[in-house]
Amino acid sequence: MARMVSTRRKTINTVLAWGVGLIIFFPILWITVLSFKSEGDAIRTPIEVLTAPWTLESYATVQERSNYLKHFWNSVILSVGSTFLGLLVAVPAAWSMAFVPSKRTKDILMWMLSTKMLPAVGVLYPIYLLFIRMGLLDSRLGLTIVLMLINLPIIVWMLYTYFREIPGEILEAARMDGAGLREEILYVLTPMAVPGIASTVLLNVILAWNEAFWTLNLTAATAAPLTAFIASYSSPEGLFYAKLSAASVMAIAPILILGWFSQKQLVRGLTFGAVK
Amino acid sequence: MGQILLEKVVKRFGDVEVIPPLDLTIEDGEFVVFVGPSGCGKSTLLRLIAGLEDVTSGRIVIDGKDATNIPPAKRSLAMVFQSYALYPHMSVRKNIAFPLRMAGFDKAEIDRRVAAAADVLNLTPYLDRRPGQLSGGQRQRVAIGRAIVREPAAFLFDEPLSNLDAALRVGMRLEISELHNRLKTTMIYVTHDQVEAMTMADKIVVLHAGRIEQVGSPLELYSRPRNLFVAGFIGSPNMNFITGPEADKLNAATIGVRPEHIQVSTTEGRWKGTVGVAEHLGSDTFLHVHATGLAETITVRASGEVGLRHGDTVWLTPEDDKIHRFDSNGLRIE
Repeated sequence: MARMVSTRRKTINTVLAWGVGLIIFFPILWITVLSFKSEGDAIRTPIEVLTAPWTLESYATVQERSNYLKHFWNSVILSVGSTFLGLLVAVPAAWSMAFVPSKRTKDILMWMLSTKMLPAVGVLYPIYLLFIRMGLLDSRLGLTIVLMLINLPIIVWMLYTYFREIPGEILEAARMDGAGLREEILYVLTPMAVPGIASTVLLNVILAWNEAFWTLNLTAATAAPLTAFIASYSSPEGLFYAKLSAASVMAIAPILILGWFSQKQLVRGLTFGAVK
Repeated sequence: MGQILLEKVVKRFGDVEVIPPLDLTIEDGEFVVFVGPSGCGKSTLLRLIAGLEDVTSGRIVIDGKDATNIPPAKRSLAMVFQSYALYPHMSVRKNIAFPLRMAGFDKAEIDRRVAAAADVLNLTPYLDRRPGQLSGGQRQRVAIGRAIVREPAAFLFDEPLSNLDAALRVGMRLEISELHNRLKTTMIYVTHDQVEAMTMADKIVVLHAGRIEQVGSPLELYSRPRNLFVAGFIGSPNMNFITGPEADKLNAATIGVRPEHIQVSTTEGRWKGTVGVAEHLGSDTFLHVHATGLAETITVRASGEVGLRHGDTVWLTPEDDKIHRFDSNGLRIE
């Protein structure tokens, strides 16, 4: 029997949901508001900020002072590159763990996940030294590899969960129908896993796009993505509120738009396998 | 061609021996049914033949060629799975065409064969649908279509009807039997349902704990079961087993009488008893009788409707020439 929900209850729930949503969204909203104010107005009280005149001057200054497009492309290359590099490693790994599991498969998966619990700063020094020795500092290649490695456990886990949902009998049927391993993966497994692979790609692009610790520590100018672009406007001295906000909006806008259009896919990807 | 030989085939999963050394010959064109309770190893045996599982030791010979280490794709066998295992992202047409595509047939030949298979299986109107849009019976037909287009040496069926409802199951059973009559290709069929086994098979292989209990035609198994397990497994309702003085009289540890080989009378007979439960099917009446002097409840199948109810007194007389005798090891005494 369906549970009866009174109109009052529904109203309260709606108001609460909007309230929570607004609290979560507020920082982004406020940054956006500040980015359209002058530096002088941006540090006033909230009411004064809202009533102050709107201007595009911060955007103009940011555009003048730094090369947004260069950082933007770096972000695109790093996030997309690391994700696809990750897929190359993770698809075979997840395939073997899902379809040819051994006694230790679960342990390996847990171990992989546990590396995500390690504080990144703990390995900063060795990785920094490695980067210097190998000449990878401030290079897109080096950073792509590092971002790929830190997100690899998540990619493998997500793909593994998706592959597990594909009935083994279908792959066996393909084998009986004369498909070799290559045809089996190409014509049967991959098409069936497309929604899962898409969610994995989306989530990892977002994670890599937002990654700040490694991108800030391992880059200077050439390979710096949008995170470094924002950070360059954060300064203890001088008035940079509006400009920092403008830079932030420019940095998060692309990923926000991507997230907006793919939210259905993302939610499905993150909750997949939770309900059988 | 489709002769399959199993020579001393053994399968172990870790320390567990699922199939002890087993020999079996399946002749070309035979309809062989592997039957047994769940966990008896019948599906494992089928998967060993298919190549989906590796044998631990022994040889599998298909058409005179050692196929033990040949991958499933190269054994020229086709399999129909219990879950149908259709490709959900492909249309019915593409599902049926898939094995042909893998075998490298040209497009015209693929189209011709798919159309022919669809025609035989009444699937022509559904060729452009996805499996998700079909009923269980139609999906099963697609799975069969996918198996027949390639004209394999043998068909393997792994409990193909157990996901269908009872009415469909009877229909599909007939269709598969007709298919066999028409194609005359070797078929190996796994089921736990002894009615399917009895009605479809040329040869039944009764399996129990990985071991072959008996191999024979349905009527051989019915009339001359080699041991208590086969006697109890084949036939519905189950054979009555009687131990004690009645068995001693016939120099056996256990005697078995099928429910249809016992005469019921309300006036006279060998064993007196009272009716416990009477099941009236119209065509038959099943009586579960508590007979005095016998420890076991005796099931009797009386033809047609007999007006007996719970609590009625009846006399039972087994047909002497249809009594099966078994020794203390459970083996048949001739």
